[in-house]
Amino acid sequence: MAGKVKWVTDIEKSVLINNFEKRGWIQVAENEDWNFYWMSVQTIRNVFSVETGYRLSDDQIVNHFPNHYELTRKDLMVKNIKRYRKELEKEGSPLAEKDENGKYIYLDFVPVTFMLPADYNLFVEEFRKNPSSTWIMKPCGKAQGKGIFLINKLSQIKKWSRDSKTSSFVSQSSKEAYVISLYINNPLLIGGKKFDLRLYVLVSTYRPLRCYMYKLGFCRFCTVKYTPSTSELDNMFVHLTNVAIQKHGDDYNHIHGGKWTVSNLRLYLESTRGKEVTNKLFDEIHWIIVQSLKAVAPVMNNDKHCFECYGYDIIIDDKLKPWLIEVNASPSLTSSTANDRILKYNLINDTLNIAVPNGEIPDCKWNKSPPKEVLGNYEVLYDEEMAQSDGTERDLRARPGQPTGVKGSRARESGKPVLTTWK
Amino acid sequence: MVSLHKPEIKLESLKEDIKDFLKTSGWEKKLQNAVYSELNVFPSPCHPAAPSEHIKEPLAYMRKAQGSWEKRILKSLNSMCTELNIPLAQKRPANEQKELLNKWNEMGTDEPDLSLFRPVYAPKDFLEVLMNLRNPNYENGEQPSFRNHLGLIQVPLKVKDIPELKEDFNELGLNIGQLGIDDSAQVPPEFFENEHVHVGQKVLAEQDSAAAQQYVRQGCPTALRADLWALILNVSNQPEDILYYEQLKSNVIQHDLLVDNLIYKDVKLTASNDDYYFVFEDYLYQVLLCFSRDTSVLEHFTYSSATPPKSYIQGKLGMEEYAVFYPPNGVIPFHGFSMYVAPLCFLYHEPSKLYQIFREMYVRFFFRLHSISSHPSGIVSLCLLFETLLQTHLPQLFYHLREIGAQPLRISFKWMVRAFSGYLATDQLLLLWDRILGYNSLEILAVLAAAVFAFRAVNLMEVTSLAAAEAVLADLSTLKVMPLLQIFLFATVT
Repeated sequence: MAGKVKWVTDIEKSVLINNFEKRGWIQVAENEDWNFYWMSVQTIRNVFSVETGYRLSDDQIVNHFPNHYELTRKDLMVKNIKRYRKELEKEGSPLAEKDENGKYIYLDFVPVTFMLPADYNLFVEEFRKNPSSTWIMKPCGKAQGKGIFLINKLSQIKKWSRDSKTSSFVSQSSKEAYVISLYINNPLLIGGKKFDLRLYVLVSTYRPLRCYMYKLGFCRFCTVKYTPSTSELDNMFVHLTNVAIQKHGDDYNHIHGGKWTVSNLRLYLESTRGKEVTNKLFDEIHWIIVQSLKAVAPVMNNDKHCFECYGYDIIIDDKLKPWLIEVNASPSLTSSTANDRILKYNLINDTLNIAVPNGEIPDCKWNKSPPKEVLGNYEVLYDEEMAQSDGTERDLRARPGQPTGVKGSRARESGKPVLTTWK
Repeated sequence: MVSLHKPEIKLESLKEDIKDFLKTSGWEKKLQNAVYSELNVFPSPCHPAAPSEHIKEPLAYMRKAQGSWEKRILKSLNSMCTELNIPLAQKRPANEQKELLNKWNEMGTDEPDLSLFRPVYAPKDFLEVLMNLRNPNYENGEQPSFRNHLGLIQVPLKVKDIPELKEDFNELGLNIGQLGIDDSAQVPPEFFENEHVHVGQKVLAEQDSAAAQQYVRQGCPTALRADLWALILNVSNQPEDILYYEQLKSNVIQHDLLVDNLIYKDVKLTASNDDYYFVFEDYLYQVLLCFSRDTSVLEHFTYSSATPPKSYIQGKLGMEEYAVFYPPNGVIPFHGFSMYVAPLCFLYHEPSKLYQIFREMYVRFFFRLHSISSHPSGIVSLCLLFETLLQTHLPQLFYHLREIGAQPLRISFKWMVRAFSGYLATDQLLLLWDRILGYNSLEILAVLAAAVFAFRAVNLMEVTSLAAAEAVLADLSTLKVMPLLQIFLFATVT
């Protein structure tokens, strides 16, 4: 089909625009005929809303799924994972196996979370079981660390209890709803510093599930020394690793931006902890990402015009267990350092290569199976179709001693749970 | 030793019994390792009548040059001291001691005013000194021509050529498995890697230093590296070692040294800005501040061409009874010094072990990179080796760079002085340092420097200025060290 791809975006970021321009695509306005629209989450809401929405034609592609919030809103993500676990339990699936304390062995990867004000009483019950614990309050609809605070006393969230007692309680607008999660106060520290992991995951379709993981994720370090002491609870520089917050700390460095590559993390862990536990950690990280996607797959509107690149935030505790903190639908495309800019530029480049094959005018009816050569820095995380057709080892074999890569996790990602290889 | 108190011990067989006991308890191995370690570090025994200064450095003109260089450094340090009116050392007041103790694990968050401090010297200052080295007994009346050495180093030290290097670095050969090459994603692990890891585990189980040193010539698996290096360097982190470290720490708390500021400044300027090492900033202070106060480091001066600077208690100038070494370990840090420690933080997260490993690496290798000597692993020999390799095997490139005012050594000097720390990606750097330990020599640094030039030769031939040449060689972070070395030594037509 002749003609150049016509693109629109309402996110004015150079890493995006440079990528469109380098492909020779043509910029158009929203009300014109377009083929590719990189939208903000507000725009996607309008496109797919019942009142203002419109049908997309076969040659139009957008970068969000209509109801991505099932995964990317903190409360809905937790709700979907809880539902998924219960379903597996009901089916008697071995994945839902629990240990002697009643904790899921394979599916306990989200810190204990409650919605407020709805689950306030349930939360209080849990809080009282461990009164010295710290909890983190996060507004459901905000990003970049906005509105987050820590509490260690019930009195600090009295506000939410009062409201829940109101008999004619009307659910507040989604903006004011909060989730409260058990704060992981034993994070793995490196150089005495706390960090979290940001990983990029591209989903091209939910049913069948096909997702890719970007090999070049990074660790975000807190600029201030981590201390679990109660006096430091208010110091957000200590506890939150969002770059948006760290950037304003005294020690923020604009050369490295407090970021480490995942390959550095792997090298450090292999060198200090050994290969087996490091491989296990990375396998678990891949596992929890795939499980989170499987959890929302049934409720996702698998619109064929859509793909999505998520920013996964994961924290590792000092027992080398990964925890899923949240999933972002619009991972930041702002660059805080030169390295950052290169990374995000390449991320978009590889994403576009997969989502818009050959850089030509898309046809949303295509089979969404890009050839291996275009993956760039992405690697296949899970391909449900392939997993179901054969349960054998994927051709992707990562190597010990390599900074990145996953060894032997493919068997686990097959449609049937392969428990013997898991532990 | 309890077993020796038993009544079964017979005097006749005592000698044999002790030998057996040493073997079964593992002490024989430990003794062997300790002896092996000494053999690696100390120079071979020489003529009993040789004066101690000849053991430090046999060539008189080198000794003299090192002496002048030291005078210069000390003068610079003393004048900084006078200018800023800060004593070389002083006891900390009690409240300051308490504060430092509390902040011991996060000294990086401290923001002392370091603007007035400058590094005592930078590598390029040192290069100028080396360039001016001359052997007064060697008259080279010839005009410089293609036959002569065209580089910056003009002393006639013997350096190896490629055939000799091939022999020495035999295990880097094309038909021998290497980590850094034969463990890449395309190579099935059954070919080399699995077996190599297996052998490594056995070496560690045997706790044999000599075997470990031989083993690491083919590279260390990441999971085994920390233990293998500790075995080779004979660092075991015994309770007395931990105690010694704690004692050094308390010295830091009690006394403030001028060089502490130099250390802070260096870390802030180098490691804190490094993509790989910024995370470990606090560990660097914990290691380097203790290092400055460690008088056991003075022992290495018996085989180093350097001599620790002496300072006198105020008012007692020239009176030997009032002389102290300054700093206590006799090593004045220069710009980039902290980068010797930084890569080790990827391997050891326990401060006292990290400390000991660094100290051993320093007294075994790193001291040679910033002192003037004729030793084959000394920086002078490395520079000459680099220039000779380049001139012999890439004469066109060498000549071209010289013509445009871009003497190759001006660019590669800083790589070698830092043992490439901060220039290579960490995983590559560690593979390189594996070989330094394995071959007990720093010559590989010069070979790698030449190999890098060879690799970028095409681009370098096109440049027309020093700045442009620097730009071509500014970023080494994507280089794969082992293929470069292998190709340069074993696959280049000589």
